[in-house]
Amino acid sequence: MKRLFLIPLLCLSLASAQDLRINVPYTQFTLPNGLNVILHADRTTPRVSVNTWFLVGSGNEKPGRTGFAHLFEHLMFMGSKNVPTGKFDEWLEAAGADNNGSTNSDRTNYFEDLPSNAMELALFLDSDRMGYLVEAMSPKAVDAQRDVVKNERRQSYENRPYGMASLVIDENLYPASHPYHWPTIGSMADLSAASFEDVVQFFRTYYAPNNASLSIAGDIDIEKTRALIEKWFADVPRGKPVPLIDAPPAYLSEEKRLAFEDRVQLPRLYMAWLTPALFKPGDAELDIVSNILTAGKNSRLYKRLVYEMQIAQDVSAYQESQKQISAFQIMATARGGHTLSEIEKVIQEEIYKLKNEPPSQREVQRAVNQYEASFINRLERIGSFGGKADQLNSYYAATGNPDYFNEDLARYRNIDPRDVTAFVRTYLREDGRVVLSIVPNGKKELAAPGTFISVEGK
Amino acid sequence: MKTNLKNLRRFSTFLFALACLSLPPAQAQKVDRTKPPELGTPPSLTLPQIQKATLSNGIRVVVMEKHGVPLVQMNLMLRAGAALEPQDKIGLASLTAAMLKEGAGDKSSLELADAIDYLGASIGTTADNQSLWAFLHTPLSKFDEAFALFSDIVLKPTFPANELERLRKERLTSLVQMHDQPTTVAAVAASKLVFGEKHAYGRGTMGNEKTIRGLTIEDVKGFYNQYYHAANAVFVVVGDVKTADVVAKLEKTFGSWRKGEPATLKIPAADQVKGRTVYLIDKPNAPQSVIRISRVGADRLTKDYFPIAVMNTILGGSFSSRLNNNLREVHGYTYGAGSSFDMRLAPGSFTASSSVQTAVTDKAMTEFFSELHRISEKVSDQELNRAKNYLALGYPGDFETASQIAGQLGEMLYYGLPDEYFNSYIKNVLAVTKEDVQRVAKKYVDPENIAVVVVGDQKTIQKGLEGLKLGKMKTMKIEDVLGKMPVL
Repeated sequence: MKRLFLIPLLCLSLASAQDLRINVPYTQFTLPNGLNVILHADRTTPRVSVNTWFLVGSGNEKPGRTGFAHLFEHLMFMGSKNVPTGKFDEWLEAAGADNNGSTNSDRTNYFEDLPSNAMELALFLDSDRMGYLVEAMSPKAVDAQRDVVKNERRQSYENRPYGMASLVIDENLYPASHPYHWPTIGSMADLSAASFEDVVQFFRTYYAPNNASLSIAGDIDIEKTRALIEKWFADVPRGKPVPLIDAPPAYLSEEKRLAFEDRVQLPRLYMAWLTPALFKPGDAELDIVSNILTAGKNSRLYKRLVYEMQIAQDVSAYQESQKQISAFQIMATARGGHTLSEIEKVIQEEIYKLKNEPPSQREVQRAVNQYEASFINRLERIGSFGGKADQLNSYYAATGNPDYFNEDLARYRNIDPRDVTAFVRTYLREDGRVVLSIVPNGKKELAAPGTFISVEGK
Repeated sequence: MKTNLKNLRRFSTFLFALACLSLPPAQAQKVDRTKPPELGTPPSLTLPQIQKATLSNGIRVVVMEKHGVPLVQMNLMLRAGAALEPQDKIGLASLTAAMLKEGAGDKSSLELADAIDYLGASIGTTADNQSLWAFLHTPLSKFDEAFALFSDIVLKPTFPANELERLRKERLTSLVQMHDQPTTVAAVAASKLVFGEKHAYGRGTMGNEKTIRGLTIEDVKGFYNQYYHAANAVFVVVGDVKTADVVAKLEKTFGSWRKGEPATLKIPAADQVKGRTVYLIDKPNAPQSVIRISRVGADRLTKDYFPIAVMNTILGGSFSSRLNNNLREVHGYTYGAGSSFDMRLAPGSFTASSSVQTAVTDKAMTEFFSELHRISEKVSDQELNRAKNYLALGYPGDFETASQIAGQLGEMLYYGLPDEYFNSYIKNVLAVTKEDVQRVAKKYVDPENIAVVVVGDQKTIQKGLEGLKLGKMKTMKIEDVLGKMPVL
């Protein structure tokens, strides 16, 4: 057992909390075909996570073909030139591995978590689908996954209470030509329209090594791993330079007030604003704002709405940090007998308070301490979504520095309560936001003031 | 920043070297892609030693030192689960667990929450059928302060009556919200129909409107006094700690906890489902039907544990399992389909489930039953080996984080599994034969004696389901499952 801990996994010094420094040592290199590689050794468990990011997401889609990046993600598991359909999963499972992928507006990521002896299997599979996917692709495979994805949309959005909220909010928050205007899951009509030719074109445009980053964390030998990566990925052909997203500026100069009826028992209110992009000034401050408003019993909105007044069942807020521009959202569900107007009034009062007076030092410190603890927690896992391999790729994509942990944490530590107030004033405006009510069928009177719309698919 | 700069420099030197070395171009060294690479011997997982101690009042403590990441996970398991509550007080165990955090020592509910949050720690208290689970997860640097709060929460709860009223409202509202969630409706219905409303596994742990409205602060105090004591308690601690320090800390605070009498938890084995009935629960205009096919399965200590694990992996426990492959990959009826065994003190449920597109509900049901029959008829060597390897070789992945390891150790303690359990797991999985798989499939997956629950759009799917002639059909409303919606 001692063997496991011989190698210092992380250089952590903990003389005092303020001194906490996190280093995730890594080796980085680029193959001649442009593939970026990040390697990090952690021998705690005899497992390896092989994580790949492609810098393509639903933001790269064109109107009329929404949902395509995500549909394509599904096709990446259907086999490639040298991997017959079904074998991708079968071979990995037979080696004791798990795998998955996910798509958002900005990127698509994939991982295989395996016993360390099986790492080369992942390199074979990943290089084969990165280089030679379309050779094995058939219209039949596309049709099969089209049906699966339509069911994913039904399960995750249409048949879920309040499930259509995020689609309606994004549609109204971003202008029609903005890449965040449409949902990653896509519309049913666009999913039906996606053709086999679209698949080939999309693959050739975006799934090239020069648009990807491979991050491997776990029980690895750096030099041997490097050699194996060169062995499997060297023949993957470089693609053409990837077209950049030409995102038009997004701003809201009005308050859009909307409402719709749904198959739900309780009304729910959403408020959403456009806010600074990931790692831009204001991004971390708005994370702290979300904590001050809704994290824990003493947070301002939870304490008033849920704990004291008891007119809401829940309230939450978060800064959804994204590459082009972010969104800040507050959401609260009213208890039986209460209206969304009552809820909105309290939320508005608390926003005013934050605009007029900086939060207390203790409130900010409480939030920062929670972020600090979360940074420690994030060092435990190597694999899956959010494990170290994925985090290294994430930081690399956003900043060019895979080990951006300390810089990220420093953003929170350096926050002055007065900054919080300044950013709330600038971004959480009443004349630039979306306010959405979702109310039970036939109970329009529970909505906050707003125009009722009909929502397809609810 | 310094480290990063250094890394960058190393990186650019290397780039240069690589550029020189990689001529002639990469095509020269073709790699053989015609078959997957040969893999070496799988590594073995070597866990840190399991350390055991007993406090002076008899509380057993298990510690695993896991160094590297400076945090601590501490789990307290207490025999104070919902199976102990009387039929007219369903929800009492879980309410008592929740009330622990509503005031303790000299701190109010808000003061406690503020202190915990300020440390960046998390403390949770919940009850399932069998146990109260209280856990502490904290950065190592805050362990002492967080442990003091955790101890007060367990040992010195104040149970303020006004906080109970608050939780009562919250729980009644949760009952209301359950009516919105088709997967929850299906799960509650299946438990009730398979185990009966009086069985611990059939009645649930949250309570119904009547019991939630009836529970008092005296009930909570009574339940606490009856079951919260040393004779029912076990601790598991995993993290960047020294065993001797942790045991000393626990002795100082929990070593003098009243000993009490150990609770006897008797959960009878439920009668098996007889025959096959289809319960169609109407969710008007739903775009998908939630299907849940369920019967009584096996208990955690069954001798069939490993054969069942392998059989279920083949049937519906992995991505390439038969159910997922058939319903998702081959037919595109769903985003996912699977099966599971819920193994507890008494036999829990076997369940096969999915959410399928409304229009194909009957076709999907046909495929479900085809797979439930086929699993006891034939299993290929390839499937068997794949499932065994998936479980055996993937096992170390269950021991990555402190909270995962604490969960594994807790299960070991709770069920009295032998010390060598972890070490013999792989051997036991690999020993499972085809005959074992078919035997347990016949025994536990009997598709003739099973409850079929469907939550979906009755007007669209009823006819098709009746046409399958699976058995008697009972149509129900969501209120028949969850009860009338509470009015607040």
